[in-house]
Amino acid sequence: MSSSLLLLLMLGLGLAGWLTARARAWGFRRRGHTRLAALPSYHGWYAALSIVLPVIAFIALWSAIAPGLIDRAVLAHPAAANLPQFDFQRNALLAQAYSVARGATATVSLPEAATLVEPYREALARYNLIGILATIAIGLAGGAFAFLRLKPDFAARTRVERIVMLILLLASLVAILTTLGILVSLVFETVRFFGMVSPIDFLFGTHWSPDPMSDPAAVDGSRYGAVPLFWGTIFIGAIIAMIVAIPLGLMSAIYLTQYAHPSWRRTLKPALEILAGVPTVVYGYFAALSIAPLIRDAAQALGVANASSESALAAGLVMGVMIIPFVSSMADDSIAAVPQAMRDGSLAMGATKSETIRRVLLPAALPGIVAGVMLAVSRAIGETMIVVMAASTAANLTANPLEAMTTVTVQIVAMLTGEGSFDHPATLSAFALGFVLFMVTLALNFIALRVVKRFREAYD
Amino acid sequence: MTDTLPTRTAAFEARIKQRYRSEQRFKALGLTAVLFSVAVLLFLLGTMLLNGAGGFQRAELRVPIDFTQGSVSVDAATLAQPDALQRLQAQGLPELVQFSAATELGEPGAEELSAEAWREVGSAIIADPGLLQRKATFDLPASSNLAAALAGEGKPELHGLAQTLSSEGKLAERFDPGFLTRSDATDPQAVGIWGALKGSMLTMLVTLLLAFPIGVLAALYLEEYAPKNRWTDLIEVSINNLAAVPSIIFGLLGLAVFLWLFPNMRSAPLIGGMTLALMTMPVIVISGRNAIKAVPPSIRDGALAIGASPVQVVFHHVLPLALPGMLTGTIIGMARALGETAPLLMIGMRAFVATPPDSLTAPATVLPVQIFLWSDEIDRGFVERTSAAIIVLLVFLLVMNGLAIYLRNRFEKTW
Repeated sequence: MSSSLLLLLMLGLGLAGWLTARARAWGFRRRGHTRLAALPSYHGWYAALSIVLPVIAFIALWSAIAPGLIDRAVLAHPAAANLPQFDFQRNALLAQAYSVARGATATVSLPEAATLVEPYREALARYNLIGILATIAIGLAGGAFAFLRLKPDFAARTRVERIVMLILLLASLVAILTTLGILVSLVFETVRFFGMVSPIDFLFGTHWSPDPMSDPAAVDGSRYGAVPLFWGTIFIGAIIAMIVAIPLGLMSAIYLTQYAHPSWRRTLKPALEILAGVPTVVYGYFAALSIAPLIRDAAQALGVANASSESALAAGLVMGVMIIPFVSSMADDSIAAVPQAMRDGSLAMGATKSETIRRVLLPAALPGIVAGVMLAVSRAIGETMIVVMAASTAANLTANPLEAMTTVTVQIVAMLTGEGSFDHPATLSAFALGFVLFMVTLALNFIALRVVKRFREAYD
Repeated sequence: MTDTLPTRTAAFEARIKQRYRSEQRFKALGLTAVLFSVAVLLFLLGTMLLNGAGGFQRAELRVPIDFTQGSVSVDAATLAQPDALQRLQAQGLPELVQFSAATELGEPGAEELSAEAWREVGSAIIADPGLLQRKATFDLPASSNLAAALAGEGKPELHGLAQTLSSEGKLAERFDPGFLTRSDATDPQAVGIWGALKGSMLTMLVTLLLAFPIGVLAALYLEEYAPKNRWTDLIEVSINNLAAVPSIIFGLLGLAVFLWLFPNMRSAPLIGGMTLALMTMPVIVISGRNAIKAVPPSIRDGALAIGASPVQVVFHHVLPLALPGMLTGTIIGMARALGETAPLLMIGMRAFVATPPDSLTAPATVLPVQIFLWSDEIDRGFVERTSAAIIVLLVFLLVMNGLAIYLRNRFEKTW
C-alpha cells in the first residue's frame, strides 16, 4: 500500500494549513487588531491539527480496509473465476500476483498467478487514487473548518492545548490497551483450548506429548499434562538459577558497597552491568556451545553413564549468571536504604564489619532482598532463549539436573513455530501456557512490589 | 585496681583472632563472588572472540580466469538489467569458472569450489564490465568441506588436497569483507549478516518511531497533569506490570493481534517493530518519569509566574530539560529491544530470508534471530559465523550503552 505516500501528503497539507493560518492571523494584526486572543503560531497549530488528526484517522482506517477491498475487486474480476476453491492454494496465488502487481517481486513462479497480475494492477491503481483523493478531501475539509473559525478573538491556544492534553491522555492509555490486549488474546485462545482439553488434564496431568499432526477433532487430553513443564520451569529458573544467582549476587553487592575501594567499584560495577546487557540469545548460544559440553564431559568423567548434552544444569547455570547483576543491584538498593545509624551503632559496639553486615544490615534489608529475589525468579521463569537453546524439548519429570528437561517458554516456542494450524489444540496450548506464565509472573511481581512498599515505610 | 582484672586474656585474644579471620574470609568471599562474575563474562567474551575471529574469514581458492577465451560476451546494457546474473549464467559463466578452476587447481580441487562461486564472478563483471576483455584473478569461496579440511577437521580424504593447495598458495583463509554485505545462505562459506542487520535497523526504526513519542507523551501526562484517581492508578499499575512481563508474552500478543489484523505481513519489520515498541514503551515511560521528576519545581513555578499556560510550561521548559534523561532511558530500552529474540520468533521472523528487506512490509529477519537460526546449523563453519555475528551484535550494544552513559554524564545536572 502507498501508506507512506498518504503520510507525506498529510504532512504537506498540514504544513500548508499551518502556514496559511498563521499568515491569516498575522493579517488580523496588521489590520489593526493589536491584541489577538492567541499568538499567530497557535492559529497555525490549530489549523494543522484540524487537518492532520482526521487524516491520520482516515489513513489508519484505510490501510486496514483497502487490502480487503482490493482483494474483493480482484475476485470479482472474470480472470479470477477459475481459481481453486481451496483456501491455502488460492491465497498463495493471490499473494504472489499482489506482490508482482505492487512491484515487490519481478516475476511469478506459479503460472496461474500471472493472469491475476493485471486485475491487481487495475484495482491497486483505482484504490490508490481513491485513497489519495479522499485524503486530500478530508484534509481540505479540516483546513476549511479551522480556517473559517479563525478570528481575532478566537482562543486558538486553549483549543490547541485541549487537543494536546487529549493526545497525552491517549498516549498513556496505550499501556492499558496493551495489558488488555495481552489479557484478551491470551484468555480468548486459552478458552478455545480448554474447550478441547479439560483444564484438569492440563494443570494436573503428568504426561506432555502434544502431536500437532493428529486429528484436531479427536483430542487425547492425557497428552496435554503440563506438570512436567511447570516442574522444569521451576527447577531450572527458580532452583538451579537461584542457587547460582542469590549467593553470588548478594555477595557481589555486599563487597561492592561495603568493602571495595571506590576505584575498584567504579570498574567492577559496570562489568557486572555488561553481564546484564548481553542479549539472551548470546547466553543461550554460550550455554549450548561451551557450558553444556563441559558439564557433559564432567559428568562422564564422574561416571554418569547417560549424561545428556542438553541438561537442565547448563541452562540453569547460565541463567543464574545472567540474573547475578539483577539480584546484586536489587540487594545494593535495599542495603543502601538501611539507615546509617544502625550500621554506626553496631560498629560502635565493637562488632566487626562482617558481623555488622550479617547481623544488622542483612536482616534489616531482608524484605527488599526477598522482593528482589522474587523479581529475579519471575524474570528467570519467563526467560526464553537460554532454555530454548540449551534445554531440550523432551518433557521429563525428574530431579536429576543432568537430564534433559523442558520449560513452559520452550514449549510455547516449539508449539508456535511448528507447522500446526491455528485451530489445533497443540498450537492453542501455547496460549494456555502463556496465560499461566503471565499470571505467575504477574503474581510474583505484585507480591514483590507490595513487600518493597511495606519495607520502605518501615524506616521513613 | 589497674592490674587485677586482665581484660586481654588468652581466650579473649583467641576470640578476637577468630573474629578477624572470619572477617577476612567474608571479605574474600565477596571478592570471589565479584571476580567469578567477571570471569564468566570474560570467558563468554573470550569464547565468542576466539570463535568469531575465524568467522570473519573464509577459505578461498585463487582462480585466474581468462574471459577472452570463454564464450561469455554480454554488452554493458544487458549487464545493467536486473536479471544480469541469469543472463551470465545462460551464457555459460558457471562452466567457464569451473573450467578455469580445473585448469588451475586440477579436477579434484575444482570440485571443491563452492557451487555458488560463479555468482561472485558475475557480480564482479556487473560492477566492472571491462573484465570480460581481459584476464583476472579471483579469490573464490571453497566448499565448506574443503574449508573444514583446511582447518584439520572434516573428511580425512580431503586433508591431503587442502594441504597441497595451501602449500602452493592457491588456498588460504582470507579476511572476508563480504560477511558484512551478504545475506543468509545455506552454505556457511556464502553467508553474510547484511540482510539481518538491515532487518534489525528497519525493525528498530519502527520501534523508535512508535515507542519514543508514545512513551514520552505518556510520561509527561502521568508526571505533570494526571489527576490522582482510579484511572491514573490503573495506568500506572499497567505500565509497571508491562515492564516486568516476560518478552515472549509480547510475542503472543503480536501473533494474536497484529498478525490477525495484517495476515499477509508475517515476518515483516513493521509487525516486529510494533511488537517490540509495546515492550519498550514502559521502559521509556519509567525512565522518562524519573527524568521529569529531576527537573526542579522552581523552573515550573518561574514559568507559571510569568503567565505561561501549563502546556507551555511543560513543552517549553520541562521537556527540554528532561530530554537528555529520557534519551538515556530510550537508548537503554532500544538496546534491550535490539537483543530481543523470543517475541520475534513468535511472529514468524525465523524464516529463511536470503535477500535484504527493501521495505517495512517485506519479509525480514533480525540479527539475534539470525544468530539463533545459525546456532541450529550442524555445519562446523556456522559455529564461527554465529560467533562473528554475535561479535557484531555485541559491538552494537556496547556502542548504544556507551552512548547512554556518555549522555548521562554529559547532561547530568545538579540543581
